[in-house]
Amino acid sequence: MSLLEIRGLTHFFGGLRAVYNFEQTLSKGELVGLIGPNGAGKTTVFNLVSGFYQPTQGEITLVGKSILGLRPHQVTAMGIARTFQNIRLWNTLTVFDNLCISQHHQLEYGLLHTVLRSRRFRENEQRVIRTAEQMLDILNLRHYAREYPKNLPYGLQRRLEIGRALCMRPALLLLDEPAAGMNPGEVDELIEHIKWIRDEFKLTIWLIEHHMRVVMNICERIKVLDFGETIAEGPPSVIRENRRVIQAYLGDEETTYA
Amino acid sequence: MRRFTSAASYSLFCILLIAAAHGDWINAYIQIVIMFIGINIILSSSLNLINGYMGEFSVGHAGFMAVGAYITSVLNVWLFTSSQVFGPALLSPSSAILLFPVTLLAGGVGAALAGLLVAVPSFRTRGDYLAIITLAVNYIVKSSIENMQVIGGARGFMGMRGVVNSMQDVVNLPWTLVWVCTCVGATIWILYRFVNSTYGKGIIAIRDDEIAAEIMSVDTRRMKMTAFMLSSGLAGIAGGLFAHVLGYINPGTFTIMKSTEVLVMVYLGGMGSLSGSVISAIGLTLILELFRPLQVAKWVIVPLLLILLMLFRPEGILGNRELTDVFPRLRRWFSLQERQP
Repeated sequence: MSLLEIRGLTHFFGGLRAVYNFEQTLSKGELVGLIGPNGAGKTTVFNLVSGFYQPTQGEITLVGKSILGLRPHQVTAMGIARTFQNIRLWNTLTVFDNLCISQHHQLEYGLLHTVLRSRRFRENEQRVIRTAEQMLDILNLRHYAREYPKNLPYGLQRRLEIGRALCMRPALLLLDEPAAGMNPGEVDELIEHIKWIRDEFKLTIWLIEHHMRVVMNICERIKVLDFGETIAEGPPSVIRENRRVIQAYLGDEETTYA
Repeated sequence: MRRFTSAASYSLFCILLIAAAHGDWINAYIQIVIMFIGINIILSSSLNLINGYMGEFSVGHAGFMAVGAYITSVLNVWLFTSSQVFGPALLSPSSAILLFPVTLLAGGVGAALAGLLVAVPSFRTRGDYLAIITLAVNYIVKSSIENMQVIGGARGFMGMRGVVNSMQDVVNLPWTLVWVCTCVGATIWILYRFVNSTYGKGIIAIRDDEIAAEIMSVDTRRMKMTAFMLSSGLAGIAGGLFAHVLGYINPGTFTIMKSTEVLVMVYLGGMGSLSGSVISAIGLTLILELFRPLQVAKWVIVPLLLILLMLFRPEGILGNRELTDVFPRLRRWFSLQERQP
């Protein structure tokens, strides 16, 4: 069975049609790209999938179960984690705490256990700390564990955000422009990183990206959006040659400019 | 070993204090000031949970204090003393010594439920708009009490002195001081453990970025509800103590003025700093008492001090830090950082 299935997804912001009749199927272990010019509705699709918006129409299912009507943290608990276009780390919490708190949905205790420091509390807390520490090593961030995210170099902040999402142990990882603002060296590193994460955590990754080098290099399939509508889909080699895609990005040849 | 030093030293301090009060080594005035300090510590540290750790702006803390004060007082006077309003005592006055903590807790629970009045709107709105809602809740509570003639309305409510006296008749101890000490300890203990757990740090994530918190697995509604109810519940307990220290309460005490006083303590001590709240509650209460001889001039000098503080140290005395961050040597005795890699 496919991991994520989106059927006829449509979303309006008032009178503006942001996404129209969007379809996508992701199988386990795939690495799929979503591209398109600015304002095409890519991030809106991610916001719909992560439960931040409720779609006007359409169906989203994860392993056969509908995620419509769920609040974002419930969607997260079902196994969809994401990162943000503009980095959204918790800046007054340490790097280590950032990694701990993203496991909030896995805590099996409440206020009473917290205050009494019961056995259940200690076991949960130990598990959370262990996961966070493993992640520190995986991300090579142990040196920065007690630092605040805002003091980290940009590339490391991006890496930490991916790590924070991985701490949730998701089945599907949504990356919203992971290479935005990175220099070419950092981009190369990121490409290796994403591939490695997919294999290591046996994840399905769906990513939005503007850097064609990233998309063409690592994505197995690509879908192209323009003004909320799907204009092309297929493997990178096909997308590169597609006329409508080139038009959407570079403009129409026949357009006359005054 | 280190885990118990703070609890042990606090208990020792309290026992000495109670012994001193019992032996009349410190006079009644100083005792009352000490109890007000304790009550203010509970109020400021519980408000810090909302304004400091969660980053909302609540300006109606006195409203929750009023709910707790009235519930506890009415219960005690009704159960343990003969009064004109409620008639003869329902239970024997001597049982007050056992049931006083229960009534105190009942006041806290009542206030926590009143806290829902703020918690539920906070799902949809935040910032300035939520501040207006907290202000409105403060006025709703005050006006409702003013219009309840059974509990004295605007004239106020008294008779708590009788409850305290009947407790002292059974065992001769300064009972109000005992309970203030206990509640201050419990408040700090609860809040400290809450904000130092992964669970409690969820509210700091809400302050930093609410959308990221919700998408990154924090159930923001549940956390907001927990934080608001915990904070207002503790304020209610502080109110119950306040009523029994003073022996008389009226709705006029629990206005925006009282809320502001607590707010000032939070900002003075530093947002998101538990030790800061304690220090500023002690400091501000003492300053207000020391300047009492200045009478009206007090209300010129104290705000002036505030202006100066905000000009030269806008983040408060401790800022976002704890005492152990400023003096790392203290960590030898008080382990504030439990879970660092």
